[in-house]
Amino acid sequence: MALIIAAALAMGLAGLGVLLWAITSGQYDDLDGAAARILLDESGHIPEGPGGV
Amino acid sequence: MNLAATSADLSRFLSRRPDGTVTFDALVKGAHCAGCLAKIERGVAALPGVASARLNLSTGKLAVVGGTGLRPDGILQRLHDLGYEGVPFEAGASLDEDAREGRFLLHCLVVAAFGTVFTMGLTDAIWYGGDMDAGLRRLFFWLAASVSVPATLYSGQPFFLSAWKVLKQHRTNMDVPISAALILSLGLSLWQTAQGTGQVYFDAAVMLSFLLLAGRYLDFLLRNKARGAARHLLAMQSVLVRRQAAGELQIVAAADLNPGDHILLTSGERTPVDGVLDDRGTELDLSLVTGESVPVLRAAGTAVSAGSIVTGAPVLLRVTARVENSLVADLARLLEAGRQGKSLYVTLADRAARAYVPFVAVTALAVLAGWLWAGADFAQALTNAVTVLIVTCPCALGLAVPAVQVAATGRLFRDGIFVKSGDALERLAEIDHAVFDKTGTLTLGKLVLENRDDIAPAILEQAAGLARASSHPLARALAAAAGEGPVTAAVTEIVGCGLEAPSQAGTQRLGNAAWCNVPDDGNGASLWFRDGVAAPVHFIFRDQIRPESRQMVADLHRRGIVVEMLTGDRSIPAGEIAGQAGISLWCATVGPKEKADRLRALAARGQRVLMVGDGINDAGALALAHVSIAPGTATDISQRTADMVLRGSTLSPLVEALDVARKARRLVIQNFVLAALYNAAAVPLAALGLVTPLVAAAAMASSSLLVTLNALRLVPWRAP
Repeated sequence: MALIIAAALAMGLAGLGVLLWAITSGQYDDLDGAAARILLDESGHIPEGPGGV
Repeated sequence: MNLAATSADLSRFLSRRPDGTVTFDALVKGAHCAGCLAKIERGVAALPGVASARLNLSTGKLAVVGGTGLRPDGILQRLHDLGYEGVPFEAGASLDEDAREGRFLLHCLVVAAFGTVFTMGLTDAIWYGGDMDAGLRRLFFWLAASVSVPATLYSGQPFFLSAWKVLKQHRTNMDVPISAALILSLGLSLWQTAQGTGQVYFDAAVMLSFLLLAGRYLDFLLRNKARGAARHLLAMQSVLVRRQAAGELQIVAAADLNPGDHILLTSGERTPVDGVLDDRGTELDLSLVTGESVPVLRAAGTAVSAGSIVTGAPVLLRVTARVENSLVADLARLLEAGRQGKSLYVTLADRAARAYVPFVAVTALAVLAGWLWAGADFAQALTNAVTVLIVTCPCALGLAVPAVQVAATGRLFRDGIFVKSGDALERLAEIDHAVFDKTGTLTLGKLVLENRDDIAPAILEQAAGLARASSHPLARALAAAAGEGPVTAAVTEIVGCGLEAPSQAGTQRLGNAAWCNVPDDGNGASLWFRDGVAAPVHFIFRDQIRPESRQMVADLHRRGIVVEMLTGDRSIPAGEIAGQAGISLWCATVGPKEKADRLRALAARGQRVLMVGDGINDAGALALAHVSIAPGTATDISQRTADMVLRGSTLSPLVEALDVARKARRLVIQNFVLAALYNAAAVPLAALGLVTPLVAAAAMASSSLLVTLNALRLVPWRAP
C-alpha cells in the first residue's frame, strides 16, 4: 500500500519535473512555429505529397 | 531601399556574447506558414558569417547567431529578396520579459494541475471509503497535505504577489480574497488534520488555484498577442534613412537624425522627420498629413511635415526637428491625452471586483461573529467562516471575463479583425456614434480614371506612353487605366508641370492645365494631354468609394448608430462620397486638431464614439475616441493607436465586430449572474455549516465549467 502510493507520487513528480523542464527550456514559447515545423523534413523543405503541395 | 548597395551602420543592433559569438535580432513581417519559416531560416543561414537562424512564428522574431563576419545589412537584404519586410530589433528586455511571465504562469498552472489530480485522488478515497479505518484516514489526510500545501503555495504565487503589491498601497483587488481563501483554507485544514477531525479543504484549495490560474493564463495569452502586434508596429516605425554627410550617403536609423542633417528622399519615400526642402522644390503627397487626395507642389525652402511622401523629383531635406519633436510627436501628445482618458475606463471585471471584495469580507466576518454569538466554540465558528470564503471564491468570476474575451477575439481573428485589448470589445459594445475618415477609409484611397469612355483609345495609349515614365500618382493612375504598353522615348519630366516628349506633330505634353495652355478649372485631380497643336484632351480622376461602404453604413444605421464623416479633403469630393455612402452628417476641410476637437465635443455630450480612420491625421482622433478601428491599409501610427485593426482590405468585418462585441457583453453579464446565483445558493449553506468539503469542490468545478461553456457559445458551431 505504502509502496504503491510512493510509486504513484514518484511517477507523478517525475512527469511534473519533465514538463517543468520543457517549459523552462522554451519548448512552449512558439506554439505556432512548432505546429509549422512538423511539416518540414530535416533539410528544411516541405516534402511534396502525391498531389503536390 | 537597397541596403546592401550603401554602407549601413547597423552595428548598434548587434550584441556580443561572452563566448565570442555575435547575435542579431530582427522582426519579420508577413511570415505565417511552414513555407515562409523554411525559406527564411534557410535563406539567412546560408549567408556568410551566420551559424544559425531561428524564427519564432508566434512573435515574428528572427534570432541570428554567428561569428564576427555576421552582417546585419546582408540579412535584411536577404529578407527583402525573399519577399519579407524585416527591421532590426534592439535586443530589448520586453520580449524576454513577456516570455518569462508566460513560462512562470504555465509553471504554476502545471504544478496546480498536478496537485489537484493527486490531492483529489487521495481525498476522494476518504470521502467515498466509508469503512476506512481511522489510522489510514489520518495517513491519507497527511499525504494529501504533503502534496496540496506545497503545490498551492507554489502555484498561488501570482495571486500572493499581486495581493501583497496592492495591500502595500492600501488598496485591494480580487487577489486579496483569493490569497486569503487559499492560505486560510490550507491553515484550517492542517489544523483540522492535526486535531483528527474531517473538515479539510486540501483538494478545494489547490483546485481553486488551478481554475483561477487557467483564467489568468488565458488572459495572458490574449494580452501577449496584443502586445506582439503593438511591438511589430513600433519596430516598423524605426525606419532607416539615407543621410548625406561629407558628400557620402550613410544609412542611419531615423531616431539618430539631428537638426541640420541632410537626408535624401526619392520618389515614394516618406519623411520620418520635419524638415525644409533644401536644394529644390518637389511634389509631395500630403494625404497622410492633411487628408488631401491630390499631390501638391512645394518650392525649395518650404517646411515639410513628417509623414509627407515625395512624389516628384528626389530632394534633399534639411532636418529641423528630431523624430520625437516632429509632427508625429505633436500627434503623440494628442495620443497621450486620449490614452489617459481611456485608462479611466473601468472594465466590467473591475466593477464586479469592487462590489465583490467587501461583500466577501463582510459575509465571512458576519458568519464568524454569528456562530460565536450563537454559542459555538471558536474552532467551529472559524471553520464555517473559512468555508464561506472558499465557496465564494471567485473561480467562476475569474473565468467569466477572460473566457468570453478569448472566445470573442478568437472568432474575430478568424474573421479578419485584430483586437488589441480585451476591454476594447467592452467599449465597442457601448458605442452609439461612429465617425469615419474619408480618404482610404470609406474610399479605396486610389485615383481611378473616370472619363475613360470619352477618350479615344489611340489618345489614351499615347498619353499612357508618357505617363509610364513617371511615378506621379496621377500619371500612375493613367498608366494603370491604359494597362501595360511601351514607354515613349525621350520623356522629360518638369516637376510641378508635367511630362514632355518629341512627336511627329511637334511636342507631346501631359500635365496640368497651364502646361497644356488651357484655363484651369480648379479640379486638382485631372490631367491634360496635347499632341502638337491638336485639341487638348482632359483626363479626370476620382477616388473610388469602397464597394461595401454603403451597405456597412446602412447596417450601422439599422443598429441605431449615428454615422458621421470627417475629412481633410475639399468639400466637392467629400460631398460626393458622403452621398454615395448614404451619410448625411459630414464635414470637409477638417484638420487633425479639429478632428480631435470634434471627438472631444461628442464625448462631452456623453456620446460613446467609434472612430474609424487610416491616416496620420486621424491618429489623434483615434486615440480620443471611446474605441477606434483602423483599416488594414492604414498607416503604422494609426494601426498602432487604434484598439482594433481590420486585417483584410474591406470594411465589412466592422459590423461583425460590433455584433460580436455586443454578444460578448451579454455573455459576460450572464456569467456574472450565474456566478452570483451560485453564490446566493452556496453562501447561506456554508454559513449554516451545511457544506462538506466534497460539495464545495464539486460546486466550484461545476460553476467554472458552466461559465466556460457559456462563453463558448460565441464560437459558431461547425460540423467537423
